[in-house]
Amino acid sequence: MNDTAYAAERQPDPEEEQVLAVIETEIPALPRDEHQLIPSLQGIQNRHGYLPRGGLVMVARHFGLPASKVYGVATFYNQFRFNPPGRHPIKVCLGTACHVRGGDIVLENFERKLGIVEGETTADREFSLERVACVGCCALAPVVLVGEKVEAHVTPSKVEGVVTQVEIENEMAVRAAEREEQCHGKTD
Amino acid sequence: MRNKVTMTVDGLEISVPAGTTVLDACLDNGIYIPNLCHLDGMEHPPASCRLCLVEVDGMRGPVTSCTLAAVDGMVVHTNTDEVRELQKLAFRMLVSCNQGNCRVCMANKRCDLQQIAKFLHLPLRTKQMRHIPKDVPEVLTDHPCIVYEPNKCVLCGRCVYVCERRGNPFSLSFANRGFNTIVTFFGSEAEGVEDACRDCRACVDICPVGALSFADERERHLRLVEAGKGRRKAG
Repeated sequence: MNDTAYAAERQPDPEEEQVLAVIETEIPALPRDEHQLIPSLQGIQNRHGYLPRGGLVMVARHFGLPASKVYGVATFYNQFRFNPPGRHPIKVCLGTACHVRGGDIVLENFERKLGIVEGETTADREFSLERVACVGCCALAPVVLVGEKVEAHVTPSKVEGVVTQVEIENEMAVRAAEREEQCHGKTD
Repeated sequence: MRNKVTMTVDGLEISVPAGTTVLDACLDNGIYIPNLCHLDGMEHPPASCRLCLVEVDGMRGPVTSCTLAAVDGMVVHTNTDEVRELQKLAFRMLVSCNQGNCRVCMANKRCDLQQIAKFLHLPLRTKQMRHIPKDVPEVLTDHPCIVYEPNKCVLCGRCVYVCERRGNPFSLSFANRGFNTIVTFFGSEAEGVEDACRDCRACVDICPVGALSFADERERHLRLVEAGKGRRKAG
């Protein structure tokens, strides 16, 4: 996975601080055997959805390993991610059929539209972008999964559509909430 | 314990202490064998650069000389056609994903890659293979005082090896996988790392290709090159 190891500017993130605080409480319960490093990392990712960088440092301290070693292990395996999953995880299929039908162009479109690269999450945690290998509906290539929903025959204009739709849904939810509040205000 | 073994390398008889590797034996006796990943005293040489191949009478095919202990009566050939072919292949593969500007590089003229290129009569750019630079930034500045240039790096692992041995609080390591493998400074933002690394210098000094350098030294060097003084200085 092309992670953001080299993203130079990293802002403090209140949500991440919370996750780190929880991880800190979990650390003492981990085994100290070096062989249990990968299962420990898997556990953290299962509970929190990703491996925050600060968490890797804590794990390294617990195991008595250099932080870079733990980081090296984690980046070696595709299953580990270093960015929190977005509320709308976008998975671009790059299986054979989708690759042939231009899946990489679709991925590039999303990267440009969202301003992130594969493996990253937008700053508002709305979208995360990753590549997957075959979601099992090659006849619909190129395919993109938005959350659980399958988008078929994706084109650059559809990429815009997917992002816009999520934005519209969010906007609608906000307005509905506002309306609700106003109604309640009147009845009170 | 002072056993000596005598072996023949390219028709030349040399005698070395028992337990020496063939590579060390040759290098100590002025017979050059290209190598990148080997360091003196390595207990388990990684044998990953695939450049130090030799042929030994009685052994099938070329073998890596860094993992081979010298034995009495061994007959070694360092420049057979097969060895040279394999070395050239390995070298071409190395430079096919390597990219550096020698003119402005701090390691210019003392670079192992340049030396090997000269030795094998090969250019530092290969036309026989597609050139695939790594999908990483040209310069990584995660470390407080050391700069890493992944596209110059040949991933020999010397820096990782020496850094581990120093037992500093911070240690270098490999990260990612395949084409995108890099040396990582993860964890170097911790306290005290900058001072420790400045005093140690081990990784910067051991790097055969100048992929690691101190940020301030590199900047000074680049300024000198820029001003046209670089050539005189290096010469």
